Amino acid sequence: MINPSVLQKLSRIVGKENYLDSQEDKITYSYDGTPLISQLPEAVIIPHSKEEIAQIVTLANEVAFAIVPRGSGSGLSGGSVPVENSIVLLMSHWNKILEIDTENLTALVEPGVITADVHSAVEKLGLFYPPDPGSMNICTIGGNVAENAGGLRGLKYGVTKHYVMGLEVVLPNGEIIFSGGKSVKDVAGYNLKDFFVGSEGTLGIFTKILLKLIPKPETSKTMLAYFQSRKEAAEAVSAIVAAHIVPATIEFLDQTTIKCVEEYAHLGLPTSIESLLLIEVDGRPSVVEEDAAKIVVLCKRHNCIEIKIAQNAVEAIRLKTARRAAFSALARVKPTTILEDVTVPRTELAPMLERIDSIAGKYNLLFGTFGHAGDGNLHPTCLTDERDTNEIHRAESAFEEIFNESIKMGGTITGEHGTGLAKKKFLPAVAGIPAIAMMQSIKSSIDPNAILNPGKVFSIKPKCEGSLPRNREQIKKFEELGAWT
Amino acid sequence: MAFTDVHISTVEKKKNGFVGVDIPSYDFITNCIHCGLCLPACPTYTLTGLEKSSPRGRIRLIKAVADGDLEITQGFVDEMHFCLDCQACETACPAGVKYGSLVEFARAQIYRQQKVSWLEKGLKWFFFEKVLSSKRNLKRAAKALRMYQRGGVERILNKTGILKMLAPKMAKLQHLSPRINEKFFDESFPEVVRPVGNAQHRVAFLSGCIMNVAFADVNRDTIEVLLHNGCEVVVPRMQECCGSLQAHNGDFETARKLARHNIDVFLQHDFEAIVINSAGCGAFMKEYGHYLADDRQYSERASLLSRKVKDLTEFLVSIDFKKPGHPFNKRVAYHDACHLAHAQRITTEPRAILEAIPGIDLVDLPEASWCCGSAGIYNVVHYEDSMQLLSRKMKNVESTHAELIVASNPGCIAQMKYGLDLFECTGEIIHLATLLNRAYASHD
Repeated sequence: MINPSVLQKLSRIVGKENYLDSQEDKITYSYDGTPLISQLPEAVIIPHSKEEIAQIVTLANEVAFAIVPRGSGSGLSGGSVPVENSIVLLMSHWNKILEIDTENLTALVEPGVITADVHSAVEKLGLFYPPDPGSMNICTIGGNVAENAGGLRGLKYGVTKHYVMGLEVVLPNGEIIFSGGKSVKDVAGYNLKDFFVGSEGTLGIFTKILLKLIPKPETSKTMLAYFQSRKEAAEAVSAIVAAHIVPATIEFLDQTTIKCVEEYAHLGLPTSIESLLLIEVDGRPSVVEEDAAKIVVLCKRHNCIEIKIAQNAVEAIRLKTARRAAFSALARVKPTTILEDVTVPRTELAPMLERIDSIAGKYNLLFGTFGHAGDGNLHPTCLTDERDTNEIHRAESAFEEIFNESIKMGGTITGEHGTGLAKKKFLPAVAGIPAIAMMQSIKSSIDPNAILNPGKVFSIKPKCEGSLPRNREQIKKFEELGAWT
Repeated sequence: MAFTDVHISTVEKKKNGFVGVDIPSYDFITNCIHCGLCLPACPTYTLTGLEKSSPRGRIRLIKAVADGDLEITQGFVDEMHFCLDCQACETACPAGVKYGSLVEFARAQIYRQQKVSWLEKGLKWFFFEKVLSSKRNLKRAAKALRMYQRGGVERILNKTGILKMLAPKMAKLQHLSPRINEKFFDESFPEVVRPVGNAQHRVAFLSGCIMNVAFADVNRDTIEVLLHNGCEVVVPRMQECCGSLQAHNGDFETARKLARHNIDVFLQHDFEAIVINSAGCGAFMKEYGHYLADDRQYSERASLLSRKVKDLTEFLVSIDFKKPGHPFNKRVAYHDACHLAHAQRITTEPRAILEAIPGIDLVDLPEASWCCGSAGIYNVVHYEDSMQLLSRKMKNVESTHAELIVASNPGCIAQMKYGLDLFECTGEIIHLATLLNRAYASHD
């Protein structure tokens, strides 16, 4: 519980109208897009200047409460779900695009700007901001940077971290810094801005974000390739990549997902096929034509049943929009959809799909799997019902196995959603104990009172004496004692 | 997925805040995976930027009441009624969550548990239960309003500024009320109207409550369009208001009473479809089966009736309507009524009809399916919010430079006509039936 006098102080800092603590407000800021996780905050605070944020941060250090920054609350790892004794710092009202520099190709935006709004604003000027998470019509740039979000165009254009040139950040001690700038090259000191990208709200609160833009591709071509087996679809992906063609997008959908998407979007997709690939190539017209033709040949070589090319931009957008809705559309089958984002090296795509299949069978679970096949980033989604405790526990075991398989293949437990609360239990397995210890020590030196989104990514442990275990044998001993779980 | 690490939900059994019948479906509640894709589609979320004014937030509030984590507080009541029930979120929702039903049933609980202020209750009781639910009373009220509008009282009050001084809100609101017709629709048509020559179709027509007294001309145009397309039209004399306004307000009892009455009245006749020219009425009558599912005596007939309900545009396209022969040279924009586009998912038919009229230059209205703020009596109860939505709508309307702005719902038409005056825009707001009838007339 935060002391009422502290809450009063908060209310004075931002003004009464920006301080919310009704039960209705607490309930509606107790969750984000992550299934099964929720916690009521003590209050919801809407700041309007970086100075106000600095004051709030300073107060949090004085009287010990936690601050959980939040944009639209569409995250999928629990990054913006409140923790105990916390306030929600609502940034969605910070939605101004401050400047688009058409000569230096940058955009300076506030963190609450919706990602799709950045797209439409810069595209009007012939520019392009590639990161396009599935939730781009609602997620905010601040959230994208905090989670280092990916998207459909990751294959060719990379992810959010490749487009952050500068950040204005309120630090956990209340200081305000601007790291980075419009210079393409900058090696002055530590690369602090990159260090904040993907920090999941645990190291600082963004107040301005300078984004890198690129020229908008002249043209694009979107196509759908239907396959009777997942294996063939996965092999076609590997073949395309191996042929040194880099499409903007190669998306994979399995049969369950195809059925749900079709039910929602009525695109006329065949629901009898086992998988499909949504492929988009973009760039100069001649290159696009050439690449598209090569892709058609490669898909056919891998027993593609049919390949369809979108006739115009409207049709292409419809296809991509439908793909973006895949996760939510899966909820048509069962009410709780637990979506993960394991990512493996591209060559392991087909084996990973097979493993997901057999694990789902082993635990008698229903899965819909789709994902950014070109990136090796898969979204195995368990279709379940949170009221069925037994099934939820089976799902937990299944995901643990899927994560382990991914790690064995040289992959990771999360490609683009972040660790947050949902995956922190599995972080040691992929990052290793020494790496987690380093993360913890960075966190505790920057945020000694653990006021910023504490308990996300890893647990904040009380400091302990002595040196850290270094080799396998020493670590094993601790693991047997049940540490790090 | 560290499920065990995190707080999942409280284990202790709490009391469900919803009681008796008409409880929001828990299956519908859990169907929401709170992904947030509905947020940008929600007009009220766009107004406040607060989660509780979003579909996702409201569903969570309903869940909290169902789980016993929240009582039916004033805040809860406010949010349920702040919702326009435009159902744009249902169109946006990939998971197919039945949000409209959840909010309507939550309102039914609020109504049942009498959680609204006495003033609001009194007003709604008067309008929904007394005036609208009885054609006789509605006509009396309409006559009184007509006398006010035409008898000089309105003019005097406005010219002298007395009304503005005494009741500034009333002064604004009076212009929202539609002009009452000289002659009510049902008084100017016989019960059965036959086309020239052999009838190819036999349809029933809902004359409506407000449509009957304030949009008699639109009803007339609708009948003429139907006659032109070889339909024999039955307008059952004894029909009453469809009940949608009452149901949206949470008064399911009155709504069901009206539904039963209309089922009895309509099913005495033989027809292939009930044609409706008001999106809100059509949407609700298509739900009769749903609302009367537990009524053993009526459930079957209710579903039968619901299946026969067709929006005018839907019906015309299904019978391959006659295309007007002569050019009707107008620049036209089409506004999607929420209860047509979102509740009934009818968007292509009206456009197909407009495109079939030679000479018409159909231009895209930006945000065509974004609510205009009319939403039943929303524009009266939430005047300021409604005007913000109307302002957005009228800006979009202006950007089209259309001569005619076409809609298929009386509420939208009245609201946008008000918008033309308020924001000094040009153009004419017109019902699709009226436009089509004019196009037919241009060569007849």
